[in-house]
Amino acid sequence: MSNFTNLTRMRIQLALRNKMFFFFSVIFPLGMFFVYSGIFAKGDPRVVSYFLGPVIALNVMGSFWGLSATLVTFREQGILRRFHVTPVSATDMLGSSLLANYALTLPTVFVELALARLVFHVPNLGNLPSLAVLVTVGTVSFGSLGLVVASVTNTMQETQVLNQLIWLPLIFLSGATLPMGYLPKAAKSLAVFLPATYLVSGLQNALYSSFSVWKLLIQIFSLACWALLTFFVAAQLFRWEPEAKIPRNAKLWAAATALPFLLLGIWENGNGQILNQAQSAYHSLDQRPSSSSPEVK
Amino acid sequence: MANSILQVEDLVKRYGDVEAVRGVSFAVEEGEVFGLLGPNGAGKTTTVEILEGLRNLDSGRVSVCGLNPQRDSAALKHEIGAALQSTSLPEKIRVMEALRLFASFYKRRRNPEELLKRFGLQEKRNTFYNQLSGGQKQRLALAMALVNDPKVLFFDEPTAGLDPQVRREIYDIIEELRREKKTILMTTHYIEEAERLCDRVAIVDHGKVIALGSPRELKAHSGGTTRIEVRLAKPESNGVLKGLEGVADAREVDGSYVIHSNRPPQTIVSIVKHLEAQGNELVSLEIASPSLEDVFIEMTGRRLRD
Repeated sequence: MSNFTNLTRMRIQLALRNKMFFFFSVIFPLGMFFVYSGIFAKGDPRVVSYFLGPVIALNVMGSFWGLSATLVTFREQGILRRFHVTPVSATDMLGSSLLANYALTLPTVFVELALARLVFHVPNLGNLPSLAVLVTVGTVSFGSLGLVVASVTNTMQETQVLNQLIWLPLIFLSGATLPMGYLPKAAKSLAVFLPATYLVSGLQNALYSSFSVWKLLIQIFSLACWALLTFFVAAQLFRWEPEAKIPRNAKLWAAATALPFLLLGIWENGNGQILNQAQSAYHSLDQRPSSSSPEVK
Repeated sequence: MANSILQVEDLVKRYGDVEAVRGVSFAVEEGEVFGLLGPNGAGKTTTVEILEGLRNLDSGRVSVCGLNPQRDSAALKHEIGAALQSTSLPEKIRVMEALRLFASFYKRRRNPEELLKRFGLQEKRNTFYNQLSGGQKQRLALAMALVNDPKVLFFDEPTAGLDPQVRREIYDIIEELRREKKTILMTTHYIEEAERLCDRVAIVDHGKVIALGSPRELKAHSGGTTRIEVRLAKPESNGVLKGLEGVADAREVDGSYVIHSNRPPQTIVSIVKHLEAQGNELVSLEIASPSLEDVFIEMTGRRLRD
C-alpha cells in the first residue's frame, strides 16, 4: 500500500513539473470551457449549463492521452525496468497512474464549475452526487483505456496515432462537440456504441437536467463495468521491458474492452433511452424563452 | 557450492531460435566480487537479469540468497540491489527524491542522506535527473542499488559509455564496496575492470563459460608469458613464427600476430632477423605483460574488444 501512495505522490510531483501537462490538462480544458460557454452558448447561463456536461466530459476523457503517453515513455526510456527490480508491482504502477491522474483532473473540473457559476452565472450546478460519481468513473475508465493503449503500442509515435484514432470518434460522435440532437440518425445509432456517449449523456443530465444517481444508473453502471474491465486488461497486458513483445493475444484482450458498449449499444439502439434524453435536453433549449438564441454553431 | 549465496547450474535461455545462454554454471560466495567478462552479446546481461528475477529461464537451476528468482521474485527483490543497463529515471525527479522514493519500497533501508554523502552527490541533491552528467547518473544508479542494504549487488556494465576519468571514479566506489565485503556480481567487457575489481572472473563467450578463476589463475593458465604483438608488411605463417626463439605460441588475430614468449628479448631479435632474411618488414611492435585478453584470445582466437 505504501508503494502505491509513494508512487502516486511521485507521479503528481512529476506532472506538476511538466509543461505538457499544464497545456493539456489545464490550458486546453479551460480554453475549451471558454469556447463553449462564451462562443457556442454566447454566455447565456442556461445554454452554458447545457454545454457544461460536454466540456467536463472532454476534460475527463482527455485522461487517456496523458496516461498512455507517460506509460509508453516510461517503458521506452527503461524507467519501468528500474522499478521492476524493486518490490513495486504492476498494480502499484498502474493504480498509482490512475489515482494521480484523478487527483490532477479534479482541480480543473472544480475550476470549470466555479467559472460557470461565477463568470457565467449558471443558476445551479445540477445534481452534485451524480456529477461526482460520473467524473470519478469517467476519469478512471478513460485513464485505464490510456493504459491499454500504452500496452498495445511500442513507441510514442504509435501511441499518438492510436490516440488520434480513438479520440476523433469519441469527441465527434458522443455529443461532446456536436450536440447529440444535431447529429444525423446514422451517426446516432453509431454513437450508442461509444463509452463517451454515456459519459457526455450522464454529465449533461446531471448538470443540466439535475438527474439523480438513480436516474443515471445505465450511464454509471456501464462506465463502472468498463472501468473494471479496462483496468483488468491493462494489468494483463502490462510490460516492464521495452523489448518485451506484445503478447500474441493482446489485440484480442484490447478488443474485449469494446464488449460492454457493444452489447449496450445493441440494446440501446432498440431502447433509445439515452438518445431520447439527449433529444429532449436539446429541444428544451428552444422551449423556454431565453435572452439569446440557443442555436448552436 | 551448496552454501554459495548465488548459484547457477546449466542455465539455458533462448530468444526464439537464438540460444543466448547455453549451459552456464558458476557460483558466487558471500563477500566476493565476481565478474562475468565477455564481448557484447555473450549472454552476460541475460544471465544477470534471470538472477534478478526480470526474465524467466528455459532450463537449468539458479538460486540467489537461497531463493528461486522465478518463483520467489517478490521476496528476492528485498534482498538484491541492482544497477541495470539501459535504464533511466524520470527526467524531472530530483536526486534526493529518487533515493527516498526507492528506499521507501523496501522493508530494510539505508539512510538516503548517508548514501548521498558517500557517493559525492550532496551538492546535487535537488538537481533534476536530466541535468546530471553521465558519471553523476551512474553514481546515483549505484547509490540507488544500495538503498535497501542488499545481500547481493548486481552491476551490469557499470562503466559502459563513461569516459576514462569517470570510469576510475566508479572503480574507486566498487573497490570500496569490495573492502566492505559486499557480494557483487558484475558484468563487463573491459579487461582492466575485471582484473582490477574482481576476486574471480568467468570468461563468457557465445552463451558459455570458457574459463573461470581468479584473474591471477587465469593468467597463469595462459602460460605466464609475455605478449608480443606485431604487424608485418607481408603475411607470415604462424608455423614459422612458432619456431622462433623463446616462442610458446603464435597466432594471427585480425591481421596482426600475437606471439607469446618466455624470453622476450631473444624472441624480438630473432623476429627481426627472420624478417630481414625474408625481405619482410616490421610495421609495429607492442609488448605487454599477459592479461585476461590473452586468455580470451587463446580460448577463442578472437579479441575481446571489437
